[in-house]
Amino acid sequence: MKTDDFILALSADAASRGPTLGRRVALALALGTCVSLALFMAALGPRPDVTAAAHTMRFDLKFLDTLALLAPAALICLRLSRPEASAGAVLAWLLAPVALLALAVGVELATVPAELWARRLVGANWWHCLTLIPLFAIPPLAALIAALREGAPRYPGLTGALAGMAAAGVSATIYATNCTDDSPLFVATWYPLATGIVALAGFFAGRRWLRW
Amino acid sequence: MAPNPGDAREIAWAAAMRAALTGDEAAYRRLLGEIGRAIRPAIRAAFARSRQGDADIEDVVQETLLAIHLKRQTWDATQKLTPWVHAIARHKAIDAMRRRGVRRAEPIEDFEAVLAAPETADPHGRSDIERLMQTLAPRARDIVRAISLEEQTITATAARLGMSEVAVRVALHRALKGLAAAWKAAQS
Repeated sequence: MKTDDFILALSADAASRGPTLGRRVALALALGTCVSLALFMAALGPRPDVTAAAHTMRFDLKFLDTLALLAPAALICLRLSRPEASAGAVLAWLLAPVALLALAVGVELATVPAELWARRLVGANWWHCLTLIPLFAIPPLAALIAALREGAPRYPGLTGALAGMAAAGVSATIYATNCTDDSPLFVATWYPLATGIVALAGFFAGRRWLRW
Repeated sequence: MAPNPGDAREIAWAAAMRAALTGDEAAYRRLLGEIGRAIRPAIRAAFARSRQGDADIEDVVQETLLAIHLKRQTWDATQKLTPWVHAIARHKAIDAMRRRGVRRAEPIEDFEAVLAAPETADPHGRSDIERLMQTLAPRARDIVRAISLEEQTITATAARLGMSEVAVRVALHRALKGLAAAWKAAQS
């Protein structure tokens, strides 16, 4: 077929236009969050003392951390879905949750006696943390990958990994309401590990489904 | 100071794409034709530098135009259009070279560096698209063929097939997505 003829078919389809990529990603995040939250409420629910815990700084800090991961990861995977985007500088925003965690760990080490460090780091729920965060990340990750298929990422694997981090941010925010380990030592050890698992899953999902 | 030809092209292309995004088919057709003429020599030059013949350059041009069409949502209208077009053409050209076993695929040049070239007849007859159209459902293939090769309008095609115009539009869009998927599947 001649290119000029093919262009007739393309231009006849000019009116087909769905929502923008940003809107799709926002919708995917909202949908994935609702599904995960519903599953979480049905299976676990928040810890019994959640109202009292909300008045402690360590508990609240967990949400600051997870949201500091979710926001930049979601924005960066959206940005990387444009074909002309380069990875470089935007990735620096991922240092935000890392810096926040490092600061919190510093304060914890300075204020808590050394003999308590190991017990706080291991905590009581590390296995829950490592399994439940990836599990509750599945709905937002699936929704995000589906939405990002409309994108044109130059680096499909990296874009998928960022989607994984955003999904882990959603999932960790939900899970943190249940987890009774609030020490930054625990959070800085197990949450990033759980996030890494989801990011890896996102990487492979991206390589598989985000190529175009 | 005389305006840079690249700037003039950017302004014209971006205006045409904005019109196309509001459904202006004529502006869109002209824009895709111009983009085709701009990317053709750039793709050919990259193939030549990678020591690949140019028998199927037109297939790469068509695959790029299809990607531009299906991914036009990813153009941020506050940004320039030319780098976006270039990024898609580069991606598709490198893809096509890798498919032909080129280890170090050469990136394509800036459009400013090459002269626009009209379509040349493909001496080898059947193009990728005609082959890939066989993977579409008969009705979808019929619609694509009517609108492209037979230059029928959507309205005329709808009347001939006893379908509503909306149904023809939906089928056409699905067929184009199907072609892109078939192209991708053929790569792996």
